[in-house]
Amino acid sequence: MSCDLTQRFIPGYMDGELDLVRTIEMETHLKDCPACAHKLEDQQGVRAVLRRSSLAYVAPAVLRDRIQSSLRASAKADVEVRESGIQWRSLRVFRWAGAVAVFVLFSLSGWQLTAPLREPSTDQRIAADVFSSHVRSLEANHLMDVVSTDQHTVKPWFDAKLDFSPPVEDLASNGFPLVGGRLDYLEGREVAALIYQRRNHFINVFVWPDSNETNSTQSVKSRQGYSIMRWSRDGFQCWAVSDIGGSELAEFVRLLENYTSSEPN
Amino acid sequence: MSDTERRERFEQTVLPHLDAAYNLARWLTRNDQDAQDVAQEACLRAFRFFDRYQGGSARAWLLTIVRNTCYTWLHKNRHSDSTEFDEEIHSSEVCGSTDPEVQALTAAEKETVNHALEDLPDVFREALVLREMEGMSYREIADVTSVSLGTVMSRLARARTRLRHSLTVEFSRRF
Repeated sequence: MSCDLTQRFIPGYMDGELDLVRTIEMETHLKDCPACAHKLEDQQGVRAVLRRSSLAYVAPAVLRDRIQSSLRASAKADVEVRESGIQWRSLRVFRWAGAVAVFVLFSLSGWQLTAPLREPSTDQRIAADVFSSHVRSLEANHLMDVVSTDQHTVKPWFDAKLDFSPPVEDLASNGFPLVGGRLDYLEGREVAALIYQRRNHFINVFVWPDSNETNSTQSVKSRQGYSIMRWSRDGFQCWAVSDIGGSELAEFVRLLENYTSSEPN
Repeated sequence: MSDTERRERFEQTVLPHLDAAYNLARWLTRNDQDAQDVAQEACLRAFRFFDRYQGGSARAWLLTIVRNTCYTWLHKNRHSDSTEFDEEIHSSEVCGSTDPEVQALTAAEKETVNHALEDLPDVFREALVLREMEGMSYREIADVTSVSLGTVMSRLARARTRLRHSLTVEFSRRF
């Protein structure tokens, strides 16, 4: 075996990765060649130092906890999305099966009758998406694109990024400080996500324009320890989601509604 | 498989390798907070694609995802001050050992080795981390880093040579 080849196989030799034949060839050569033997010693020396330094890091316990709770939350979010998907599919099946009946309903009573049927499932789908977005924003460490407690920083930031200007209010004096904003994606469009804080909890508020909406507030829905609320104000559809209690979220939404409607422009 | 079963299976199969995941992320990002973020993102990604895991070494499978996540992250956040001394590296989170052999290196020497390893190019550093800290076979390293066995061997050779060189320089300067 040549010196060239021997030196090329030194790592494999010392790591025990060579086959028997090559190992014997290596040993024969190393016995008679001080230069190659010296190279091997060098490499073994580095490995020994590295191993003796025991530089491996251990994952912090908080990381393990965080991952486990994210797994639980994300499994739930996936279930939510899947469930709402099933509802859509079964609704479609129903429509095909009862096409004639539906046609009759349409012609007799127009949208009034089908609109209430359509509403809950759209809302459920958005609620599932809002819930997933909230969970992901916390788990992926992507809560905020713009970090600021100043509504006069957050609002212009959104104005530059979106084709609408979302209402941005700071509720710090009421115990719900604004902490930042983020762009998110819901209902096939970019939406504004405003992040508020309540003690150690975060509230995501999703806002996008919806001209069909009339001013209304929907009561709190609860999903696996998260509260979700939907309301409409001044041509915007708004959703709030958080793991704070339902009554606190309702209070938060009430404050936000009052602010939004009292805004001069 | 129900969602609970799926999550439990993931927690039993993949999560035991979280230390390895964090260690690789820590050495590639060279920073605790970023390593935590990357390790977490990689674990959640692994969970999302858990259906694609087809048995075999769960650690190698997870580390492949960690590595990809790391490189995506590095691509976005490449720090220019990579040689800057990072105090956190030498904090208590570095795994201690009671083996008297291991104790032979002083804290200052460890620090030097740590620094020298951090200064290696990513591909050499990851090869050494996988081999010396995770004890992976060449086959596993080849799978995780998507290169041939020959490349694994030559990277390890070059990594050790470089490390030896910088340690020689450092040790002769310090001691």
